Formats: sequence, C-alpha cells, structure tokens
Amino acid sequence: MSATPSGPADGLVGTDQPVVEAVQITKRFGSTVALADAGIVVRRGETHALVGRNGAGKSTLVSILTGLQAADDGAVAFDGRPAPPLGDRDAWRKRVACVYQKSTIIGALTVAENLFLNRHARGRTGLIHWSRLRRAAEQLLAEWSVEVDVRQPASTLSVEQRQFVEIARALSFGARFIILDEPTAQLDGAGINRLFSRIRQLRAQGVTFLFISHHLQEIYEICDQVTVFRDARHIVTAPVAQLSRPALVAAMTGEDVTMPEAEHRPLTTDAPVLLSVRGLVTTSGAELSVEARAGEVVGIAGGGGSGKVEVAEAIVGLARPTGGTVVVDGRTLRPGSVPDALDAGVGLVPQDRHREGLVPLLSIAENVTMTVPDRIGRRGLISPTRRDDLARDTITDLAIKASGPQVPVSDLSGGNQQKVVMGRALASDPKLLVLITPTAGVDVRSKQTLLGVVEEVRARGTSVLVVSDELDDLRICDRVLVMFQGRVVREMAHGWSDNDLVAAMEGVDLHHV
Amino acid sequence: MSETLSATERPAATPPPSPPGASSRSLALARLRDLALVPAIIAVAIVGSIVSPVFLSTDNIINVLQSMSEIAIVVLAQTIVLITGKMDLSLESTFGLAPGVAAWLVVDPALTRGLGLDVLPDAWAVPVVLLVGALVGAFNGLLIVRFGLNGFIVTLGMLIVLRGLLTGISGGQTFFMLPESMTYLGSATWVGVPASIWLSLLLFAAGIVVLGYTRAGRALYAIGGNADAARAAGIRTDRVLWLALIVASVLAALAGLLISGRLAAVPSAQGSGAIFQVFAAAVIGGVSLNGGKGSVFGAFTGVLLLFMIINVLTLAGVPAQWTNFLNGTVILVALVVSRITGGKAQT
Repeated sequence: MSATPSGPADGLVGTDQPVVEAVQITKRFGSTVALADAGIVVRRGETHALVGRNGAGKSTLVSILTGLQAADDGAVAFDGRPAPPLGDRDAWRKRVACVYQKSTIIGALTVAENLFLNRHARGRTGLIHWSRLRRAAEQLLAEWSVEVDVRQPASTLSVEQRQFVEIARALSFGARFIILDEPTAQLDGAGINRLFSRIRQLRAQGVTFLFISHHLQEIYEICDQVTVFRDARHIVTAPVAQLSRPALVAAMTGEDVTMPEAEHRPLTTDAPVLLSVRGLVTTSGAELSVEARAGEVVGIAGGGGSGKVEVAEAIVGLARPTGGTVVVDGRTLRPGSVPDALDAGVGLVPQDRHREGLVPLLSIAENVTMTVPDRIGRRGLISPTRRDDLARDTITDLAIKASGPQVPVSDLSGGNQQKVVMGRALASDPKLLVLITPTAGVDVRSKQTLLGVVEEVRARGTSVLVVSDELDDLRICDRVLVMFQGRVVREMAHGWSDNDLVAAMEGVDLHHV
Repeated sequence: MSETLSATERPAATPPPSPPGASSRSLALARLRDLALVPAIIAVAIVGSIVSPVFLSTDNIINVLQSMSEIAIVVLAQTIVLITGKMDLSLESTFGLAPGVAAWLVVDPALTRGLGLDVLPDAWAVPVVLLVGALVGAFNGLLIVRFGLNGFIVTLGMLIVLRGLLTGISGGQTFFMLPESMTYLGSATWVGVPASIWLSLLLFAAGIVVLGYTRAGRALYAIGGNADAARAAGIRTDRVLWLALIVASVLAALAGLLISGRLAAVPSAQGSGAIFQVFAAAVIGGVSLNGGKGSVFGAFTGVLLLFMIINVLTLAGVPAQWTNFLNGTVILVALVVSRITGGKAQT
C-alpha cells in the first residue's frame, strides 16, 4: 500500500513526478528492433493513449513497463524512482498493472478466489478462511463499485465484468497506474460506454490509465494525451485536443516502405462477373454484398473486429453464414462447405497459416497438392512423380527457397511457408482466389513475390479477393471495400490515399470533422 | 454476439451487490455439483437392498468400503494430479512396485524358494515403500516439469517400465512371507473396522481440507485452470506440480502397501489394469481431465458409486465371466448419468 498516491481527486493532470517515465528504451529480438530509443511519460491522473499500427512496438513497450521483459537499453522510473528489479513481482504489482486482451482470470474458480489468488485470507489454524475472503472480495469490489457476485465462478462473467474484476484486483495491490491493452476489442457499443464511464470514475478517484486502442474515435472520447509509435520509434506525444485526426493518422502511417506497385490497367468492362455475394450475414453479424469480375482484384479492408475475416471465411465455406448466397461462376455454393467451394474453383489462403494453412511435418509437395488429389492420382492411387512435378512447378513459380519438393514445410521460413500456402491455393487453377491477410508476418521480399503472383493470376482472368488491413496488400486492388463494425462503410477506387484508407478503417471520416 | 449482449445486460438489470436470493442460489448450486452423485448412490443402495437383504448389513458395508479402500487412495492421488491439468498413468505400477521392492529387500530367500534378498531389516519395509513412491513421483516430475515432456506419454512409459521392473525383481512370481510391519496396516482392525478403511477415510478428509482450505491446494486448481494466470499470481507452478506428482506417487505406494498387507503377498501383477478404474472413478466423481475442476469429495463419491454397483452385481449373482463387461458398462452409464445430473451435458 506504500505506493498509494495521494493523487488529485479531481482527476486533473498533476504537476508532480510522472507516474511512469520510460526514456530511450531500446529492445531487440534477434535482428529485429522492436523499440529504438523510444520513450513515454505518463502524468498522474491523466488517461494516456498509446497508438500505432501493428508492429509499431506498443506491446513490447507494455511488457517493459509491466516488468515482464527487460529493456536492452534505457530506463524506466515510477514516481521518479527507478523501477524495481525484474524478479520482484510484488514490487511491480504495486506500481503498475495491465489488463491484457488475454484473460488472466481462472474460470473454474470463484470471483472472490480470483481476486485473492495465492494471498487468501487465513484463519488462526493456517487454513483458508473462506467467509472472510468473500467479505474482503465484496468489500474490494464495492470500493470500486463493481457490481458482481463474488461467489459465482469467474467463467460466468462477461468480458466487461471480467475486465472490471481484473482492474479491481490490480487496484487492490496498490497500483494506481493501469494499462488497458485494447480493452474495447471484444466489447459491444453499450459495453464500451460502460467501460468508459468506469474509466472516468476511476480517474476521478486518482487512477492513471495508459489506453491502447486501434479505434481512434475512442481516444478522442476518453483520453487526455496521446503518444504515437511507428516502426519501433516514438513519433509524437501531444494533448489529444491539440492533435487533429488527420495529423494523428499521418503520424501513425508516416512514410511506409513503398512496395513496388503493380502495374495498373483498367478492366475490360465486358468481363463476366465471376463472384457474386448477396446479403451474406455471418454468425457474428457482419454483412457483405460484393461482385467481382474476371481479372478484378477487390480488397476488403478493416481493422480487428470489423468482420472482414468472418465474411471471407463465410464466402469460402470455412464458417457457415446465417444468410445470403455466394455464387461463383454461375454456381451457388453450399453454405459452410469447403469441399463444395473447392469444387467450384475457389482457392484460399487462410488467415492463420499455422492453424488452417499447412501441415508442418508434411513435405512441400504434399502440402501443395493437398486440395487436388485427383490431379496427381492415377487409378485412385497418388502418383509421387506427378505430385513432385506439380510441386516443383510451384517452387519455381513462387521462388520458394527449398532444396526440393520433399522438404518438410516446418523447415521453411515464414515467408516461404506462406508461399506454399499460396501455391496450394493456386494448385487447382482457381476461378476465385481469396487471400486473407496474405502477407502477415512475412519478409519484404516474400511479400513482393506473393503480391506479384496476384498480378499474374488476375491476368489469367481469375477474380481475387484480398482481405487485409495491410496497405501494401490493398494497393494492388482495383477497388477496396472498407468494413467497420461489420458493415461496409466506404468503397475506394484504386489510387486512394493512405490516410483516407486508414482513417476509414479506424472509423473516422476525415472529410466530415 | 447476442449472448454477450444478454450477459452484459444482466448485471445492470439486477439490483446492487449480492442480493441474498441469487447468491445463496449460486452457492447451493456449487454445493450441488459436489453432491451430484448422492442421489445415484442412494438409488443404488435402494436397488441393492431390494436385490439382497444382505446389502445394507454392517458386514457388507464394511466389505464394500474395504474392497474400495486401496483403489480409493489411488483415486485420491489421481485427483490431485488431474486437478493440476496433468495425468499420471504410472500410479498403477507404483501401486505394485513400491511394496514389491520393499518385499524384495526384506524377504528371506531361504523361506520363499529363492525370492527376495534379505538385505534390510524388516523395520525398513514401510519406509522403503514410501521412498520408492517418492522417487517415482520425483522422476515423473523431472521428465514432465523439468524437461517439459508430455505427461501422458511419460507416465505411460513409466507404467510399462515400473511394471517391468517389478516383474524383473520378482521373476514374475509373487512375494510372500511378508514381515509383520508390511502386513499390519492392511490387516489390522481398529475399533472393529479395518485399519485400511480408517486410513482411506482419513486421507480423503485430509485431501478435502488441503485442496479446499490451503493456499497450496488452491494453487493446484489455479494451475489446472490457467497456468499463466497462476504464475502471474506468484504461484511457483513448477514446484507445485512436482510436489503434486510426488504426493500422488507416495499415496499410490501407500495404497499398494495396504493391499499387500491385506493379501499378505505382492503378486507381480499387483495393480495391473487398475488405472482405468481409477480414471473412471475420478471422472464419474466430476474431476475434469482438462484440469482445474473437481473436488476430493466428488472423487470419493465416484469410487463409492462404482464399488457399490459392483457389489450389487455380485450379490445379484452375476457370473464372474461377465464382471468385466458389466464393469465397463457401469463406467459408461455412470459417466452419462453424472454428466446429466452435473448439468454439463450441453457443453
């Protein structure tokens, strides 16, 4: 309790020592620099936003600020005093707490026990005093006005209640500085409002927040200060009120390393419509209607939770939609059936190549030909020669770095693995190619190859859907549909500006503020 | 999405903290889960008394309790391991090996046609039993906790290795002429009731207290529920896991000692195949194979139900050839029944 601040109850920005100050933090993971001379200063009583695109270094900073990782260089200070040693978890817990997207609540235990895990109230006999523990838990939750029955198992809590309980637990250690890592990602609108009123209330009680979000409008709603990270560097820190939305978006995007943009030629207007999606509704409530002509590349953009991945998975049959039809080249696909989609000529690069894309211990050849057993078979048996020939073509076409088709996929680098996934999608000469975040986690060179393949495929008259939030992926598209909270909110023709697209994905309209 | 919505709406609708009705209801529910098998046990008791008037006699009840006492202790051991989210198949071999090693070291070969070494005095027998248990548990822990190997495969390997070791030292035969120190616990009678019944009931009572009312016990649940969260709460997860494995093996060794005492012999197949019954009893008693869920009391009701049904079948004169078939059927039916009464059928 020693760290309990006598912070200003009115919630105004204090003038004393900053709650946390990180200076010139550098952190490397192997050859990648996660943070380069970056820093942040959070003052008492403020709600501070930390924004940046994926890979900007936000999560690395959080793990350093919470003492989970040590910085290679630089210093962290709490209330003007240097941070405790990494091993002293109790000391860290008294200074800072983080509510992660991933829950640290144990579902099978009661709320009360979760609050006092490993510090249960004990009676004189040394045994746990359950009724005292429950009273303490009730008291703690009442103190921060969290209305939850402490006797119920934590698994029955909603996402929002779970966050409140985690915040209350953090406060009970004495921490008055709390990091919220994308707390709104799994909440609906009403839940977000309740979370925000809770944040305001706690702020009035002297709690300082560092708020990480991808949704810029939330930052304007709840935060006082904003810090922008980009490419492992600190870009700007400013009061939210003094930073316009376009300026904030510009700070986030900056000058990206430009991908050689694919040569763009106009579509022939009489190209037949190959894909027609009408009134598709996913189980999560996202909706999409779209048409794509032969040789057309259509982008579906959107942030996490926009529903872009869900609609794409519904189109290819990975998920069963609740409504709507998908027609590929005149054939209506059976909802939720991958075999039917493959049969109709759909090629897919799924979102998570490790989970849905590859069988890591099997060879490149086996992975590439997995969807086309009939093309490598002879009288019902698989012909290894044909299989390897097909795989060799893929290896050459996609410039996969491997000594041969028999190499297990697990031996390849991330970029080359993704090329194998792409090769598998192309093995059936698809009429429609659906790419979900095709360049996530691959190096620049592989990215070039993968995006170059799209250009070749479209020249052969294939329709391509690119589902991504990476600007480089979307740049090859003829047009981009932007989704936000399950709806298509904008359609942008080729030649959009980065800022416009990012703003649309964040749910901000630059032209109407 | 609609589920989240309705779930988040609920707290707003209900009036402020812990309305007495709701909380006592949830508490009652929590207790109910522990008592899920009690109706089934009562039902079997009623059927049993109809089938045979002997069923509810003191002698028969003591008979049931004694026949289950050794396996029950192994179930307790397995429950401890299961709650942490691991499993220990090797308990059935430890159950045979620990008394086997003790007998091997103390039995006089002159009296037993060449079995045994007679290198230790009789008084060492019981400590050796427990020590073998602790060593087996520590070795399991070394492989599972320290080297991060898969618990299922490690203990499956250990099951085979330990059984082979017992067969090796006994030459596939049965140790007999056990010293009094080894037979005492399994054969003594305290206050008119066999000591093994007292012991198993005592151990279960201790288990209920330790797992329900000590931080170490709650740490088992936390680790099984979410190991990362447990670590974040400052629990030394590796150490707790290791200890759990050691305690479980020692309990299995003790259970083996009891049955060796009861039968005054250690056959080389002692405990062979028992692990299936042990798992069945624990799962019927509501212990989750995924860890984090279950209680010692529940596990006890699981063993009790299993052995009562077997007893009823015996009293009903079911031919011995059908015992295995019925045992398996009982396990499957009990699983279905306990899932329905436990209200988990939907998930």
